[in-house]
Amino acid sequence: MPEPSPASSASANSGPADPALTPEQAARRHWMAVLARADAASLRAALDAHAGVPAWTRLRGPESGMTMLRARQGGGGSPFNLGEAAICRCTIRLATGRLGHAYVLGRDGAHAELAAVFDALLQEADHAAPLQAAVIAPLAAAQAAQRAATARRAAATRVEFFTMASMRT
Amino acid sequence: MAYVAVKGGEKAIDAAHAWLAVERRGDPALPALDLAQIEAQLGRAVDRVMAEGALYDRRLAALAIRQAQGDLVEAAFLLRAFRTTLPRFLASLPLETSAMAIRRRVSAVFKDLPGGQMLGPTTDYTHRLLDFALADPAAALPPAPPEAVPDAARMPRVHDMLGQDGLIEGDGPPTGDEPADLTRQPVSFPASRDLRLQALARGDEGFLLAMGYSTQRGYGGTHPFAGEIRLGEVAVEIAPPELGFAIDIGEITVTECQMVNQFKGSKTVPAQFTRGYGLVFGHNERKAMAMALVDRALRAEELGEEVTAPAQNAEFVLYHCDNVEATGFVEHLKLPHYVDFQSELEAIRRLRATAAAASAEEVVA
Repeated sequence: MPEPSPASSASANSGPADPALTPEQAARRHWMAVLARADAASLRAALDAHAGVPAWTRLRGPESGMTMLRARQGGGGSPFNLGEAAICRCTIRLATGRLGHAYVLGRDGAHAELAAVFDALLQEADHAAPLQAAVIAPLAAAQAAQRAATARRAAATRVEFFTMASMRT
Repeated sequence: MAYVAVKGGEKAIDAAHAWLAVERRGDPALPALDLAQIEAQLGRAVDRVMAEGALYDRRLAALAIRQAQGDLVEAAFLLRAFRTTLPRFLASLPLETSAMAIRRRVSAVFKDLPGGQMLGPTTDYTHRLLDFALADPAAALPPAPPEAVPDAARMPRVHDMLGQDGLIEGDGPPTGDEPADLTRQPVSFPASRDLRLQALARGDEGFLLAMGYSTQRGYGGTHPFAGEIRLGEVAVEIAPPELGFAIDIGEITVTECQMVNQFKGSKTVPAQFTRGYGLVFGHNERKAMAMALVDRALRAEELGEEVTAPAQNAEFVLYHCDNVEATGFVEHLKLPHYVDFQSELEAIRRLRATAAAASAEEVVA
């Protein structure tokens, strides 16, 4: 199987996060983040519910590996290597010729492969709008709701200080 | 090194392993522990194993804990061994802890800092009395915690608040250098701060706790204040070359500690607060705080302070903070040293014989 541009070893990725993405790249970045936070079971169900999915072939993976997680000295300074995280990646090609890529945290190959399939489908004009509406938007909403619920719990633990009246005037 | 090649014992080893497997499983009348249960209900153990195993994967850490029968240092070792079987695809972009989805954030230096003090799911105010209600596996689920409307404002860091006046040191300009990586090159000295932070992040919690504590008790004192402690989730971003832009591949939980320390100033730097930094996988404040104390202590030389205490000595700290290495060297003493010992025994016999002969001669003379 061909191995398109194997990103071997720790390459220098410490540059700025996103140097002005094109609208297409920004949209893709969004759905990839949503797909990475979903799980294999819900992606499988969503794919089964979607009509007219072309066949696909695996070009790379799904394969398990790691990313070296970097952080910043003092929180905002130069990078240091904090430790690694297990990740899984997959690249597929639809019968239409469209490539789909996915990288997800963890070691679930099915998750990575399904995310790659959706990545390819979402770049196809016929599939993009219905998948955005039926898959990406609801997943994004559920993930946002989860984050909001956590934030509300955290907010309930905010300390409200009382100012003690001093006897001195 | 005089280790003897020992043959034999295979049957004994097989029998020992078979027994170990039975011990690990425990009473077969009880249900086996599920990895999801370990992940969910022993989450702090999972966090510690990921941090010291230097590999973020909750499920793998849960497996390691089960396999190691709850021996967390052994579990970290299993994770370290497993990581050597995985290829490293690429490095991530630096985690942006300033954009953390914060669950807990407290400061011991400013009561009214913007964004407020959020206690999060803390044990800080519990009485450390055993809760026998938890002994009942059929106990009712705890009630849902209360909720409140979050403050939309971003939470500034403590040093962002004092930084403008130069009262507290900043992070310095990013160098753009590739950070040192002790998984690729052995640790060497003088060790740069990036290398030290990597070693501390995977270092043994107990060791760092003791080292941090020693600075508080006067062995390299740094007059620390817990400037800020944060717990929450940060997004992991990577920039795969086949895509040409950075993508967000999910989030991890981290604990961050900014320790603020007194500094009298030097010939070139006016008096200001300096900082120590701690960042660890998962929810582990003890480790993050200890790491920040030790990070600051290890900056002694850079800040022109006299290096007198163990916690200020980078060689001492970095060579001894890794519990996988330490375990290996301590526990290797179990391995056969038969020839070593035999030669020592011979030497002692010889010395004693020589001494006995000498004293006999004295008596004669």
